[in-house]
Amino acid sequence: MSLLEVRNLKVAYGGIVAVRGIDLEVAAGELVALIGANGAGKTTTLKALAGVLRPSGGSVHYDGASITHDPSHRLVQRGIALVPEGRGVFARLTVEENLGMGAYIRDDRHEVRADLDRIYALFPRLKERRAQTAGTLSGGEQQMVAIGRALMSRPKLLLLDEPSMGLAPLMVQKIFEVIASISAQGVTILLVEQNARLALQAASRGYVMESGAITLTDAASTLLASEQVRQAYLGE
Amino acid sequence: MEVFLQQIINGLTLGSIYAIVALGYTMVYGIVQLINFAHGEVVMIGAMVALTVIGSLAGANTGMPPVVIVLAGIACAVPVCMAVGYTMERVAYRPLRGAPRLAPLITAIGISIILQHLAMLIWSRNPLSFPQIIPNPVFEIAGANVSGVQIAIISLSALMMLGLTALVYRTRLGTAMRATSENPQVAGLMGVNINRVIASTFVIGAGLGAVAGVMVGTYYGIAHYTMGALLGLKAFSAAVLGGIGNLAGAMLGGILLGLVEALGAGYIGELTDLCHVSWISTGLAERCAQDGHVVLMGSNYQDVFAFLVLIAVLVFRPSGLLGERVGDRA
Repeated sequence: MSLLEVRNLKVAYGGIVAVRGIDLEVAAGELVALIGANGAGKTTTLKALAGVLRPSGGSVHYDGASITHDPSHRLVQRGIALVPEGRGVFARLTVEENLGMGAYIRDDRHEVRADLDRIYALFPRLKERRAQTAGTLSGGEQQMVAIGRALMSRPKLLLLDEPSMGLAPLMVQKIFEVIASISAQGVTILLVEQNARLALQAASRGYVMESGAITLTDAASTLLASEQVRQAYLGE
Repeated sequence: MEVFLQQIINGLTLGSIYAIVALGYTMVYGIVQLINFAHGEVVMIGAMVALTVIGSLAGANTGMPPVVIVLAGIACAVPVCMAVGYTMERVAYRPLRGAPRLAPLITAIGISIILQHLAMLIWSRNPLSFPQIIPNPVFEIAGANVSGVQIAIISLSALMMLGLTALVYRTRLGTAMRATSENPQVAGLMGVNINRVIASTFVIGAGLGAVAGVMVGTYYGIAHYTMGALLGLKAFSAAVLGGIGNLAGAMLGGILLGLVEALGAGYIGELTDLCHVSWISTGLAERCAQDGHVVLMGSNYQDVFAFLVLIAVLVFRPSGLLGERVGDRA
């Protein structure tokens, strides 16, 4: 059974419908990519799944329960973490305080401490800068903070929104290595990306979104080879 | 020199009270970008509740020591004000959270009027004398007088400022408050119940306001249902002077404003004494010879200074002394 099951999800901003009834499934342990052009509704979809936006229709089931109308702070407790577009680090908080916020819902202090060390091992740069405010970091370092912070909540389902956005190529590569290793540890991931090639190379399955609807879905390798995807999203 | 030292002591006392009230404005602004114009009324309610409690305990011959009675007054004022702060956030501001910023601002003014008139109905429209039950010894330091009440106000304020700083920078709730103030949406993604954090901010600010109310009442010996309006405006000016939204700024702004006011009041008579001017008319010279002074403005101009400072800050440094540039808060 799927960990995440989305049926006919609709999201609107006032009168403007951004997501017009999509179906989407993510099985436990899977890494699924959601690709599409700017304004296709990818970010809106993730925000609705994370409880930041209220869906105007449809249903979201997670781990066997309906979470369609749960606010985000409750979804974190259920194990859903979103790394928002543009990273959303707390610029005036230190790196360590940012990571600590990721563990806000947890009471197991020793385990949190151990997880913090694990994040520092994953991103040694963050350990060097732990006492700096996050606003002083580079874009790539901020993305590390954002991902590390999400991991601190020990998510079962990690929603990543454009993790490569605005980063230098080397940093993009590093971030995708980290995503692969998180996935290898068994965390389920739904990855939204404009960089379709990278996303599909990392994922096992993919969805293609266009103007608020899902137009194509298949195994990632099949999508990578498909003429339609190559023309529209891979620039070939 | 004696005047100077005396006014410094008076200014520090006044400034501590302003600082505590200013913290209430700045905390709320920092977290929801709302100027809670009803905060001055919360301070007034704090003074009124304490006045009632202290008055009835002192009149009932309970045999309690005066200090205990005053503490009981504070202990009653704080939860009442916290309840008022919580209620106004829940009933008036939360439903308007997504509304244009003018709507909650006007609501705040409305709440302020409602609270003032409720207080008038409960405590009458007359100025009430605040029971002065603790002995108030006066110490002399280098020719200036310091009263026990002044020492108590300054040290209690300092204690509260330390406590608040520790709360905001050392606790889980404080970190959640700072995170929410920066980005409520992402704070929610971390599992922070934003509504609860915002309500806590109002409650803490109101609790500080309650203590400030008791301090003002004790210091001036008087309480009136309109006392919160001017005090609130001055504390708001102090918060703007320090940089609204900035905790250290509110403390600094409050103290500075108190000092400016006290020194202004202490020296304005001398500064506007026409007898110091050499080209005065013969008519005035006669009066100078007679009285020694012809003062243009007396210390009743004290209240003007807070607003002169507010205007100067808004003109020359709108972000305040410790505030960041306005453009940074996008």
